[in-house]
Amino acid sequence: MPKRKVVLTFPDHLTDQPLTYRLVKDYDLEINILKAKITPGEEGKLVVELANGTEESILTGINYLKQQGVHVEPLSQEIVLEETACISCGSCTAVCPSEALTIKAPEWKLDFDKEKCIVCEMCVNACPMRIIKVSF
Amino acid sequence: MKTYAEINEKIKQGKAVVVTAEEIIDLVKEQGYEKTAAQVDVVTTATFGPMCSSGAFLNFGHSDPPIRMGKVWLNEVMAYAGIAAVDAYLGATEPSETQGLKYGGAHVIEELVAGGKVHLKATSYGTDCYPRREIDTWIGLADINQAYLFNPRNGYQNYPVAVNSSEHTIYTYMGTLLPHLGNATYSNAGELSPLLNDPYYRTIGIGTKIFLGGGVGYVAWQGTQHHPSQNRAENGVPTSTAGTLALIGDLKQMKQEFLRAAVFERYGVSMYVGIGVPIPILDEEMLRYTAVTNYDLKTTIVDYSVPKRAKPNYGQVSYAELRSGSIEINGKKIPTAPLSSLAKARQIAAILKEWIAKGEFTITEPVASLPIESKPQSLEIREKEC
Repeated sequence: MPKRKVVLTFPDHLTDQPLTYRLVKDYDLEINILKAKITPGEEGKLVVELANGTEESILTGINYLKQQGVHVEPLSQEIVLEETACISCGSCTAVCPSEALTIKAPEWKLDFDKEKCIVCEMCVNACPMRIIKVSF
Repeated sequence: MKTYAEINEKIKQGKAVVVTAEEIIDLVKEQGYEKTAAQVDVVTTATFGPMCSSGAFLNFGHSDPPIRMGKVWLNEVMAYAGIAAVDAYLGATEPSETQGLKYGGAHVIEELVAGGKVHLKATSYGTDCYPRREIDTWIGLADINQAYLFNPRNGYQNYPVAVNSSEHTIYTYMGTLLPHLGNATYSNAGELSPLLNDPYYRTIGIGTKIFLGGGVGYVAWQGTQHHPSQNRAENGVPTSTAGTLALIGDLKQMKQEFLRAAVFERYGVSMYVGIGVPIPILDEEMLRYTAVTNYDLKTTIVDYSVPKRAKPNYGQVSYAELRSGSIEINGKKIPTAPLSSLAKARQIAAILKEWIAKGEFTITEPVASLPIESKPQSLEIREKEC
């Protein structure tokens, strides 16, 4: 099933519009909000994952947003971990909100699941080895 | 009953039975205490965690004309030079004078161990016998005389779990603690940890030969803030910070993978130190100590958001609960995360096991025991001398 992570920038006049509701209702998309910064009357930002449709229906939904005046761009930042330098201490897992970074029995080796990463960047400064970076 | 000498004889013949402190648990389950105590000679324990109280003594050798170094910097990190002419102590947590908290003494030590060259600068007031007033050069571990790690406090026997009940994220040496009890961090190898496997320091004492940072080291003394009088559970194991070790070892033997510089956000520089300690199974009592499991080992949950010496606590949890991924406080499920690396600790315990099994590393009877009664003093703020 296709999924797409996008960064939505709302101009100030659109922050009171129920746009995500329309995406669900009219375009039958599943919306997972990964990061949100919305204050009525100010420019807002949403990082969302769109799913539950075909590649085409996702694109139709995105086009709807663009027509409304929302700026849409793909989530291009990603978290890069220098694995060979990692000591698997687990410090980064303490702050990871999406369970992309996990450390578990039996191996207790750090596991990074990029698919789950929402690029919140909390891990970057939590890593004592300073080997986690944001790449653009 | 076995003596140190008997165990060493078996080690030298390559016949010693050596297992790790994790492996011993299953062995005891399978065949019981009595049989296992007779069969096993040595149990290896290990830990790889952040240990701020670490550093290295360095002797740079004499330049021509010579200098009596008064102030010393290595890669812009100040080392203490208030000892003889070309001796200095580089502390792991000393921050860089140019890069702040991003780089410090631990990074310099790691660079030296990795075979790199570091920038040495020193100044002096000059004397008749040491006329030089300044020096600026590059050194590596191979170029200098003695270089040994001397860590005043390592290998803490147990450590609290850190949480934060405040409304703001706090940045501590226990990592980033999220508000409203958003996470809990802990830093101990539990059933594999050295002093948790010898709770009354029967075999770990002054002179004990150990694995330190990839080379051979020794227990030099009780560590600073050694606190054996801490509350203990029925099995004898302390339920919070207790015994500590001062460790010494040749930096020239050490390896970067077991000595790593660390930065704790808005706290500062620290160093991850790899330690492995062999415990001889002299009798069934020692076996029982080493067969302790994460279910039997408890520690205290401490609220780090209270900036006081005495911080409130939320009771005790076992290392088994901490390792399950979450603990419960006041009915709330809180995710847990380790700070010390169990994967690395296992690697160290396995290496030490191999050294002993191959006959390359013998065990040492302590020259003197560590105190089993003592409490740390607190520092009182007085108006005047009294």
